[in-house]
Amino acid sequence: MEKDQLVIGGHAFDSRFILGSGKYSFELIDAAVKHAGAQIVTCAIRRTKPGEQNIMDYIPKGVTLLPNTSGSRTAEDAIRIAHMARELGCGDFVKLEVIPDTKYLLPDNGMTIEATKVLAKEGFIVMPYMFPDLNAAKALADAGAAAIMPLGAPIGSNQGLASKAFIQILIDEIDLPIIVDAGIGRPSQACEAMEMGADAIMANTALATAGDIPMMASAFKSAIEAGRKAYHAGLGRVLVRGGAPSDPTTGTLHD
Amino acid sequence: MVQINGEAVNAAGKTIGAYLKDAGIDPQRVAVEYNGKILSKDAYDTTQMSDDDVVEIVNFVGGGC
Repeated sequence: MEKDQLVIGGHAFDSRFILGSGKYSFELIDAAVKHAGAQIVTCAIRRTKPGEQNIMDYIPKGVTLLPNTSGSRTAEDAIRIAHMARELGCGDFVKLEVIPDTKYLLPDNGMTIEATKVLAKEGFIVMPYMFPDLNAAKALADAGAAAIMPLGAPIGSNQGLASKAFIQILIDEIDLPIIVDAGIGRPSQACEAMEMGADAIMANTALATAGDIPMMASAFKSAIEAGRKAYHAGLGRVLVRGGAPSDPTTGTLHD
Repeated sequence: MVQINGEAVNAAGKTIGAYLKDAGIDPQRVAVEYNGKILSKDAYDTTQMSDDDVVEIVNFVGGGC
């Protein structure tokens, strides 16, 4: 088999695990990244507080930083934050999040499409976080998105692949990397997403709230690799009714 | 008064570069938005703030989903 790489906006990655860096101490980022085998780490942008430790001191060398636009309630907010991210000097990647809803943290697909159009024209590698809707995903692709990041369940919920059937439609119909983002709470769910044919998964809270963060990072890595392999292998078929013997049907003691 | 990161600061007349230095902020680690536009780093020392200016100074922090 050829090298199985994840390609986003012309950049190739061997790892299919995008790791968040929120909600745990910076001291653990290095270990988490190494155990996860992650090559992409997300971060956010906030107002500077003098004297605060800086995350850039803790991101291992060679890792691609993927700034998100969290805190954006409108397309304008997100565009503004993307500009700040680019000025901070870590390349053109942006994980676009436009979230007007504060209860469920659900993204607004319409405004996300609008912001994608603008940012893609400006040369950003736009990776939009979205509610898994086929028509919206098509519009994002047309707007110039480099990947599509549908949610499995609300951010931070660890509820898993609540939107599984609709993510499958995106995987089947959209000709861009599909990266399942948000909601994945345990390695088995990451594995399932990969078995379905997702190109990568992103997790943060599942690790940040685990007992041992680096060990959980390693568990996710194994699960993602297993799921990818299973996808390539082609899953065995399912019988809706009845069973089928897997032992020889002749030569039993009843013959 | 100048609005810096949402707070009224008595910084009119000061340059962005001088403000960052006095606040102990490394200019290489931040992005500055000055009255709605990204300010390039080479303009920090020549951009003098005036009353009612709106300045945002931001940096990367941990984040994910």
